[in-house]
Order: sequence, then structure tokens, then C-alpha cells
Amino acid sequence: MIPLVGWHPHETWTWLTTSPLLGLTLTVGAYAAGRWVHRRTGNALLQPVLVAVVLVGGALLLADVPYGDYLNGGRFVAFWLGPATVALALPLHEEWHLVRRAAVPILTGVVVGAVVSICSAVLVTRLAGAGRTLQLTMAPKAATTPVSLAVSAQIGGIPALTAALTIIAGITGAVVGPWVLDRLGVRDLRARGIALGAASHGIGTSRALQESRTEGAFSALSMALTALATSLLVPLLLLLLR
Amino acid sequence: MSDLPVLKGVLVLLSCQLVGEVVVRLLGLEVPGPVLGMLVFLLVLRIRRPRPSSALVRGPALLLRHLQLLFVPAGVGIVAYLDTLRHDALPLAAGLWLSWLLGLAATGVVVGGLTRLLGRSAR
Repeated sequence: MIPLVGWHPHETWTWLTTSPLLGLTLTVGAYAAGRWVHRRTGNALLQPVLVAVVLVGGALLLADVPYGDYLNGGRFVAFWLGPATVALALPLHEEWHLVRRAAVPILTGVVVGAVVSICSAVLVTRLAGAGRTLQLTMAPKAATTPVSLAVSAQIGGIPALTAALTIIAGITGAVVGPWVLDRLGVRDLRARGIALGAASHGIGTSRALQESRTEGAFSALSMALTALATSLLVPLLLLLLR
Repeated sequence: MSDLPVLKGVLVLLSCQLVGEVVVRLLGLEVPGPVLGMLVFLLVLRIRRPRPSSALVRGPALLLRHLQLLFVPAGVGIVAYLDTLRHDALPLAAGLWLSWLLGLAATGVVVGGLTRLLGRSAR
């Protein structure tokens, strides 16, 4: 006779860790927890993305689940980053009356931001004792991930490591970016937005949108132009930074 | 209110991204497809000038409200590189955070000064 119920912990665990459902539930759950913590504490440093990354990352390490298995579910969330980037046109449209009059500050800011980010990334990494490969890996880290990844591959860096560094630069901007700008006395919403987009791409933009619609719009535009500037300027500046 | 507008809004976003991705590949451009898609969507918004209650606004607004959720999977990727990051911890941390700070500060201060010079602040 076939028993009606059994006990299959091993098979169940294998199914769970490789099915998209676990990664997806974990991601959405950790983000919901992050939002709750952010609201409950009112602490701007506890950005939902930071809390969620720590929770999911910690869970994967504890349960010994490889990142690739997690991505079975995680990629369903990550996919929407593309349409969300498109959606950033919305604040840009709403703030268009400010944007169209700010062409000079926007273009100046993006070029200054890209040149300083790229040169300082290479030089500081070199001064801190790293070899050429790591310097190249660091160079495009201010651009949004698809661009930083592609530029890194093109110039001989380690693309996957560049992606990780890019994300850390983004989260850093979301967590302490506005605080740094306060300390520097940068109050103009356009300047704050452009700076956050130039140094911390889309993740910085998510924080700028929390602060104000204007700041978010300028950050989105700055992120887009910084992507372009980085892909054009990195190969050029590397000729000077041999 | 019906949920159909949100669905329509998402369809518009996907279509704009699709146009962006295809054009970027066709012309071999150096920008990511979604960034070009953002410009396409901006063009649509400038021409249509939708009301806040319309599909073109509500779908995108929903995605933007949860923008940070979408970065979580990429952020978790850091876990996969913990060993490499730990191995060269000092140069990587110094290079990343100092350069991040310099980039942010230079941009903020230069643009802040420029907007003050050109008059009319936005606070």
C-alpha cells in the first residue's frame, strides 16, 4: 500500500532553493520589511534598499544558497528596472519648465561629475596600492550598471566586480548623499539632483525622488547623461592616466 | 477606479523600452536601451501632455514609488563578490568611497555655484 503522507525535507529544500518562488518572495518580503523599518524609525540612513539587501544577502549566506539560484526569482524583480528607467521621464516631464532653462548647469555638472569620478577612481585606487586591473574595474563605477559593466569589459576591468562596486556607490548615495550635500551647503534642488544622479545613478535617483520631485527629475536626467559621458570619457581619460 | 490604466501605462513603458533597445542595437549606440526609452517616453509625454489621472501617469508613478525594490537583486549580488571585495578591501574601499565623495561634492558645489551665478534658485 502507498502511504498517503511522507516526509521529504531534502527534496523540498532542493525544490525551494532552485524555484523562482523563494527568491521572489524573499526579495519582496525584505523590501516590505525595509520600508517598514524606514517609516517606523524615520531614520533616513535606513533606506529600504539597504535593509533589504542586508536581509536577503544575510539569508543567502546563512542558508548557503548560491547567488545564481537566488536570481531564478530575483531576475523577475530586476527585469522591471528597465521599464522603471523609462518611467523616470515622468518627473522630467513634470519639471520640464525648470529643466529646459537649466541646460548649462546640467551639462557642466555632468561633465565635471564624470571627469572627477573617473580620474579620482583610478588615482585613489592606484595610490591605495591596487594594480591596473582593479583601477580599470573602478573607473566607470559612477555610471548606471549596464553602462559601467560594458565599459569595464571594454577597457579590461572585471565587469562583475564593477557591477558590485557600482551598486555600492549607488546605495552609499541613497544613504548618505543628501547628508553630504547638506554639509557642503548645497541647497539648490537642481544641484542636489544633478550631483546624486552623477555619483550614484538610479539608486541615488530613488533617494532624490523621496526628497522632492524637482530633485528626482534632475537626478534622473543626470543619471542618463552620466551614462553617456562615462562611456565616452573613460577611454579618453585612460589615455591620460596611464 | 479600474486597474486598466495601470496596465496601459505599463504597456507604454514596455513599448518605449522596446523601441529604445532595438534602436540602440540597430545603430550601435553607447547608451543603454532603457535610457533611450526614457527619452522616447519623455517625447510621448511632451506631445500628449496627459492628466495626472491618466494611464500614462499612473502606471509609471506606481513603478517609481517602489524604485528601490528593483535594485535589491543587483545589490544582493555583492554577496557573490564578498571574497574578492575582502581580498582587496583597502584599495577598493578607499577608491570607491573617496572617489564617490569627490564626484558628488564637485558636481554639487559646481552646479550649486553656477545656479546661484545664473540667478533664480530652486529650493
